[in-house]
Amino acid sequence: MVHRDGIAQPWGTRTPYGPGEPWPVRVDSHLADGVRPEDVDRWVPTAAVLHSNGDGMELAVKDGRIVGVRGRAEDRVNHGRLDPKDLYGWQANASPDRLTTPLVRRDGRLVESTWDEAMDRIVSHSKELLEEQGPSAIGFYTSGQLFAEEYYTLAAIGHGALGTNHMDGNTRLCTATAAAALKATFGCDGQPASYSDIDHADTIALFGHNMAETQAVLWSRILDRMAGPEPPALLCVDPRRTPVAQAATVHLAPLPGTNLALMNGLLHEVIRNGWIDQDYIDRSTVGYQNLATMVADYPPERVARICGVGEDEIRAAARLVGQARRLLCTVLQGFYQSHQASAASVQVNNLVLVRGMLGKPGCGVLQMNGQPTAENTRECGADGDLTAFRNWANDSHVAELAKLWNLDQIQIPHYSPPTHLMQMLRYAENGTMRMWWVSATNPAVSLPELSRVRSILSQERLFLVVQDCYLTETAELADVVLPAAMWGEKTGTFTNTDRTVHLSEKAVEPPGEARPDLDILLDYARRMDFRDKDGQPFPSWNDPESAFEAWKRASAGRPCDYTGLSYAKLRATNGVQWPCNEENPDGTERLYTDGTFFAAPDYCENYGRDLVTGAPMEPTEYRAMNPDGKAMLKAAEYVVPHEPPGEDHPYALITGRTLYHFHTRTKTGRTPQLRDAAPEVWVEMSAADAERHGIAEGDLAEVTSPRGAIRARVRISGIRDGVLFLPFHYGYWDTDDPSGSAGGRAANEVTVTDWDPVSKQPLFKTSAAAITRVEAVEGAAPAPTTTASAPVSANGTVVPPTEGGTPARAEEREAAPTAGGNR
Amino acid sequence: MKLDLALRELHRSEKSLARDLLKVSDRHKVEHEIHHVARDLAGWSGRHVHELATIGRDYGLRLDDDPPSDTGTLHTLRGKVSELSGRRAEPGLLLLADLRRLHRKAAGVSLDWELLAQGAQAVKDSKLLELAQRSHPQTLRQLKWSNAMLKTLSPQILAS
Repeated sequence: MVHRDGIAQPWGTRTPYGPGEPWPVRVDSHLADGVRPEDVDRWVPTAAVLHSNGDGMELAVKDGRIVGVRGRAEDRVNHGRLDPKDLYGWQANASPDRLTTPLVRRDGRLVESTWDEAMDRIVSHSKELLEEQGPSAIGFYTSGQLFAEEYYTLAAIGHGALGTNHMDGNTRLCTATAAAALKATFGCDGQPASYSDIDHADTIALFGHNMAETQAVLWSRILDRMAGPEPPALLCVDPRRTPVAQAATVHLAPLPGTNLALMNGLLHEVIRNGWIDQDYIDRSTVGYQNLATMVADYPPERVARICGVGEDEIRAAARLVGQARRLLCTVLQGFYQSHQASAASVQVNNLVLVRGMLGKPGCGVLQMNGQPTAENTRECGADGDLTAFRNWANDSHVAELAKLWNLDQIQIPHYSPPTHLMQMLRYAENGTMRMWWVSATNPAVSLPELSRVRSILSQERLFLVVQDCYLTETAELADVVLPAAMWGEKTGTFTNTDRTVHLSEKAVEPPGEARPDLDILLDYARRMDFRDKDGQPFPSWNDPESAFEAWKRASAGRPCDYTGLSYAKLRATNGVQWPCNEENPDGTERLYTDGTFFAAPDYCENYGRDLVTGAPMEPTEYRAMNPDGKAMLKAAEYVVPHEPPGEDHPYALITGRTLYHFHTRTKTGRTPQLRDAAPEVWVEMSAADAERHGIAEGDLAEVTSPRGAIRARVRISGIRDGVLFLPFHYGYWDTDDPSGSAGGRAANEVTVTDWDPVSKQPLFKTSAAAITRVEAVEGAAPAPTTTASAPVSANGTVVPPTEGGTPARAEEREAAPTAGGNR
Repeated sequence: MKLDLALRELHRSEKSLARDLLKVSDRHKVEHEIHHVARDLAGWSGRHVHELATIGRDYGLRLDDDPPSDTGTLHTLRGKVSELSGRRAEPGLLLLADLRRLHRKAAGVSLDWELLAQGAQAVKDSKLLELAQRSHPQTLRQLKWSNAMLKTLSPQILAS
């Protein structure tokens, strides 16, 4: 048993292993000061909720309070390990400023109220709007952090009972492109590969994916491979010098907005050198000729000019992925939140397909998620999809859903894709959507161009309902605020990036009158008196387990088949990968192992979109292009970014996250160890750029764009020249301007309103900005030194290392592997 | 031979489409997807104009080579008007009318490419045929885009 500072050593002690060997078990734990393991009353199973990795863990409960956590040794995802947010984030549950009663706006101020009054306001408003305008007046914006049961219920209420097309999740900001890219290539959402592919790969390519900070435990798995015999080679594509870049064999740092050109260039080299599996291409794909023709226009010389990287680097990267024998590719926000997001991500799918590297140990693609339950938002249909990956443009799928819900088919909108977040915001702006119900997300900090967002949300003609655990910046603008129970205070299931389903059990009571999101939604349905065709109350379920059983029925026969799961089964073996059904009772490790796909025209989730214009393809076109349901090799031409750096705004601005925070810090900012590891916003720039401006480490600077300005202290980091980085976590709730009406701190004050026409994901990584020095400040910028924000040139300024000290002491216990579970 | 006429007509219609795409982009600046994608698509038409002007020389034509630009007072003014009326629902109908007009114009350009490709085959000009085969698919994508945006945006405009 050893101890580590969980802040200073986020990836823990190495447990090296070789290719094909099981990843050793190591159980990490942390208990509140003064609590010994023998003091704990009970351990309650759950999984991590402050990232998408799905680390299996247990909450320690003593005297009705959460007092710590430990990793679950037998969990297939983490083999016992926990990352910094897992170790400490639970403390936010007990934060003294949790919302404990409903609030309503009276005479311009939010005041305490009762559930009856708050719900009555929502219900009477809904009824008025339905009467006056119909369901197009009402929209829902949910999260990537609720449970499957809650999303399914929301989808049934929104798409079914109310019949509005306006429903999306904040997954739009983080994972929409993952879904869009999978649909474009495989005809359907669903993660092809598995985390266990890391155990077998000889080459791992991370495209815009700073795994060390976004899925820290998964990065530990790679680090353990790197420390063992026959380590894998890494390719990193990222404009920052991330921990991944530092460990990489080849690191490409393209100019923001040029990912598609780079990918076309890599494919060009792979195809030109004949590093392709022609048999696999012929047997399992359509579209190869189009792809080859398109990438023929992207030789390394041209790509090098567009991306600002060396021709030789492009060739070296292509050689790495082209000659790999077991190639695993991963993709995240560096691609998803940048210009031509979907087209670039699709090229990663193409890479594994032309190389025939799919469905085998160590081979495949992980289109990652950002949030813990984003997969459920997608599969349950609480975002721009219909329930259980049904196809809105396929009438027979809609008929199935109508039958399942016992509603008229015309009740379920399917005349166009469900309205995505940014379009809903526009409908609120032009006054045609007049009620917006926001749950477990904070658009007043997380959306681009915040002055616009605030001005839309604070309109009097918009009835804003916010359901959350804290008084967020968004809640400050609401007409009604509903206090929600959080993780650990309610029961439900959720699914991580590699399709692993965990049951998360209630450990403690929610504070005050806070209620589980599921109860709130069902209460709304009952008060609205929604009925099915036979006059029975709709939705027909009434608690987590009956909601899960209903969701199972909705998923039957679809790719995300849950019918083989139950609460009882998950209590016995927590962490099972869907599809889990009669044929696959223990779940399914990899999809597409036999070269067949979910892409048949009658079965697929989506007919695809034009990768540049975003126009949906018609069913007949799809049928002609892909009659046998193969994987589709699609390609697109590079288009220059919409806001390139110029004279007034000479920098490409990208925003992103740091290891120690999650989203708008609602929880991590209320967790002392995490808050102190990254206490305040900073801006990163390269040493050469800083020198040109006469800026030194720690100086206060102003970052401006045509949208606004913020002030932050400068960290001189290993970012590429010409690029600025801002962490997007910092809003206003912990300042004396809690709604942020004056701006000045959040990165999104300066970001541009633009989105990928295919996935509709906002482009947080393609804005132009300027930076000026405001004043010299003593000391270093408040940025972590352990991560991509590590200093490179402090010029005498002392930069204290990021440490957690005694309060961050975590225990590591190596353990023998347990039977089963550890696939 | 009347291929020069077909070339001249296509050059004219393609240039007019590029201009309209930019105009729609300006007029609906607050509809961000329309604003940005219309500009991308105007870029395609601009390139077609350029390539038609180049190949036109083989047919004794002196077609102007400048793609329509998006600077000037009108450009700024249209953007401002859009921003000023951004809080109102009425411009929705104008947007539908504009998309409808774009769709019809793109359909005309598409037909012009077809005529050109047919003519190129008849006179066995493989260079011209190759240009048509390369460019026409982009016109079809412009056509589908205007149709798709109409389909996606009209329900809210008509129901509210």
